[in-house]
Amino acid sequence: MPFGKVGPYTFSMQTETVIGLEIHVQLATRTKLFCGCSADYFGAPPNSHCCPVCLGMPGALPVLNERAVELALLAALALGCEIPPYSRFDRKQYFYPDLPKGYQISQYEAPIARGGHLDLELEREGKDGPTKRVRLRRLHLEEDAGKLLHDPATGRTLVDLNRCGVPLIEIVTEPDIGSPEEAAQFLKQLRQILRYLGVSNCDMEKGELRCDANISLSISGKPGTKTEIKNLNSFKAVEEALRAEAERQRALLERGERVVQQTFGWNPDKGRVEPQRTKEEAEDYRYFPDPDLVPLVVDEGWRQKLKAQLPELPHEKRARWKREYGLPDYDIRVLTEERTIAEYFEKVVALYPKPKDVSNWMMTELLRLLGEEAQTEPEPGLRLPPEHFAEVLKMVEAGTINRNTGKDVLEETYRTGKSPRQIVEERGLAQITDEAELARLADEVIAEQPEAVANFRSGNEKTLGFLVGQLMAKTRGRADPKLAARVLRERLSQ
Amino acid sequence: MTATPERLNEKPLHELLALLQRGEISIESLIEDLFRAIEAREPEIHAYLELADPDELVRQAQDQREKPLRGLPVAVKDLISTVGFRTTCGSRFLEDFRPIYDATAVEKLKGAGATVLGKTNLDEFGMGSSNENSAFGPTRNPLDLERVPGGSSGGSAAAVAAHLAPAALGTDTGGSIRLPAAFCGVVGLKPTYGLVSRYGLVAYASSLDQIGPITKDVRDAALLLSVLAGHDPRDSTSINGDSADYTAELEGGIEGFRVGVVREFFDALEGEARRVAEGWVRAFEGLGAAVEEVSLPHAEYAIPTYYLIASSEASANLARYDGVRYTRRFHDESLEEMFSQSREEGFGPEVKRRIMLGTYALSAGYYEQWYGKAQRVRTLICQDFRRAFERADVLITPTAPTPAFKLGEKLDDPLQMYLCDAFLVPISLAGLCAISVPGGTVEGLPFGLQIVGDKLQEAKILRAAYAFEQSRAR
Repeated sequence: MPFGKVGPYTFSMQTETVIGLEIHVQLATRTKLFCGCSADYFGAPPNSHCCPVCLGMPGALPVLNERAVELALLAALALGCEIPPYSRFDRKQYFYPDLPKGYQISQYEAPIARGGHLDLELEREGKDGPTKRVRLRRLHLEEDAGKLLHDPATGRTLVDLNRCGVPLIEIVTEPDIGSPEEAAQFLKQLRQILRYLGVSNCDMEKGELRCDANISLSISGKPGTKTEIKNLNSFKAVEEALRAEAERQRALLERGERVVQQTFGWNPDKGRVEPQRTKEEAEDYRYFPDPDLVPLVVDEGWRQKLKAQLPELPHEKRARWKREYGLPDYDIRVLTEERTIAEYFEKVVALYPKPKDVSNWMMTELLRLLGEEAQTEPEPGLRLPPEHFAEVLKMVEAGTINRNTGKDVLEETYRTGKSPRQIVEERGLAQITDEAELARLADEVIAEQPEAVANFRSGNEKTLGFLVGQLMAKTRGRADPKLAARVLRERLSQ
Repeated sequence: MTATPERLNEKPLHELLALLQRGEISIESLIEDLFRAIEAREPEIHAYLELADPDELVRQAQDQREKPLRGLPVAVKDLISTVGFRTTCGSRFLEDFRPIYDATAVEKLKGAGATVLGKTNLDEFGMGSSNENSAFGPTRNPLDLERVPGGSSGGSAAAVAAHLAPAALGTDTGGSIRLPAAFCGVVGLKPTYGLVSRYGLVAYASSLDQIGPITKDVRDAALLLSVLAGHDPRDSTSINGDSADYTAELEGGIEGFRVGVVREFFDALEGEARRVAEGWVRAFEGLGAAVEEVSLPHAEYAIPTYYLIASSEASANLARYDGVRYTRRFHDESLEEMFSQSREEGFGPEVKRRIMLGTYALSAGYYEQWYGKAQRVRTLICQDFRRAFERADVLITPTAPTPAFKLGEKLDDPLQMYLCDAFLVPISLAGLCAISVPGGTVEGLPFGLQIVGDKLQEAKILRAAYAFEQSRAR
């Protein structure tokens, strides 16, 4: 990151933006972290996904969800973290009505994973740029808290504990991020990896990926005072809030004032950070090992088993596609965005080995169809088997149908599940390649359109377009427009 | 103690079971005798916080007839979650709390054919050695109403001693089953940590808490332990293992057993107590055991170690009582007020003392000095026992230095109160099993013998306790 630049702003002082992120990710488990309640609480009536354990009833005890541990380990493996043989759970103590036990079960001294990194893939004018390594400090498991709902009508505050005990991983980066754009890029890539792994859906609107950021400006390499911005829950919020805060700090420093360490929230409407209510005393969470849970032991066998389950990661896939398919950077980025889409692409290419053609069709036609359905988890293979997609491409290549008909057939296949061949046959969409048949239809057009014919014959070439259109209409679009034009011209010149 | 022996409420479980099996008595007549005794003595003893309806107990017993415990009623300490009763934990905070689930131990009791006779009085959240810390008034020792029954399972021990229950469940964190059993002259067993599920046991100190039986004799303790023990997937600290029938090997005798006399604890006794304890050594020798002295050099640090660890855990365990959900709420003008006022008015003084102590011990900057150090001493105490058990099958100690003291005697001096548990907490810290059995009288009051076993050696301590008990009966 060049000195003196913060986002789009240029300043006279030699400053460097230093950003670290703390990210909470909701794990895609069926049940909660320490009880059997369904973790799929989104939109459910308040307090309907609860039991004595997640309600913190007297006498109830936590039992660790093995799947949550596996998902955390998958994330740790994919991010190159070190996984110690032993980790444990601690109690983080504070009073709040959404925290029924008066403590959150988290990991403090001995997290499930440490270290690791993510290589930011920076873009330069639409092409792949250099990568930049962001180191991770730690990754740990913890339970989510409930939610408070403020009822403006009565002025009362109500508690919904459905989210209580839902499994999270917290990922903490080192302060290696150099700009608000990099912060957003980090989150995007992290989200992509976690979605590839099936560790989380990372739906930010549902709060499945939440971000807090620390930011400071260092002057001539001397570290500055950091501030924290909480609850940055969209890529846009991350970028805008950090930019605003960098600007605010920058202005303070230029006026010769000091940055005060404090915590902010982001107000997207006003486009500014706002101080959060801070407690008078310093927080002391009085962490200590939770005696209700035994140490978590991850042996080599388990680690190896999970390692074998790791899918090809997005950056690995992109590198291989570049080698194997020679596709443009842009195509690769778009098609590897979602693992399901990427895998679909490869299935189609296996059946129809022209990667660029497949890429073009997928980026224009398939992604449009999926986009119309507004699916959050595109599973094209369910609606449109790769065999059908490849078949459409083959029929276009063979001239059985033309390109436009191909698009229609693809859409109908997608909507009805019928095979493309069946659709072409049922609707008689096969291209008319028989020149004699076309000549017969051309003659009909010539007979029906004496004025246009006369016009053409008097030298007005443009009229041919209209006549070709008439001929295409008679074929119900089934003719190759170039062939139609040639045949028509031949008939007209006779 | 002069009641006619025909009274069914005075019989231990195993005798009642035999009589029921032979059709010689009915559950109705047992319940009738029990409630007659309860009517007579409960007002002066105050062992119970809530009692079942006798007709309901008879009705429930009909459904349980075919099961091993044949519908026999068992009293349950009010620190154990029960459906159908309040579970107050002896606290004003939970005065009206009705749990929505049964503790695993209660489930197991019911599953084996028992019914819940009532909920017994206790020191608030199990914190106390005299039962004087109950928000609902103290339980008195049925053998001398001027004296305490011991705590914190004082209600359970008093109920069994006064024949107001055939048997009871207690809980033991730092001696809360064994001390009241000793003070009331009954049998109390604290199982190895993890043998009995803690699910539904309202947590005081999670790394120490255990549920165990308080009974009229050793055979009943074995009988109930067989029902209670066993792995529970709902408790992560529950030991994996098959359930066992602890009555099977009771009668094998202890010929050749190596019995370790804990020197430090015997040395602490004076006068009559010391003479009684010396009698135990002769009794075990008479039973064919090889008796030798063992030493627990770090046991003297057990009390401060225990109070640091137990209070630290308690400070977190009791954070859930905040006025938001199932507890009473004492003030809700503002959030801060609701938290602080509810806790101010909800908890009694001893509970507050321990929460303060634990909060302090876990604070930033003090953690290593207090909690951290206590954990290291705990390890040393465990090592002491490991060495002792290299030389002995079981250890014997007095359960307490003195018999039951008078109400009010130690209430103003918490340290004196804490010292009652000096022979008990080392075992708790090491997670071992121990049983207190009547070992004679001192000043005319029951004086308990504690038999300690290594982890999961319940069969051994029960066999030694049974042999000792039988030698006394002869």
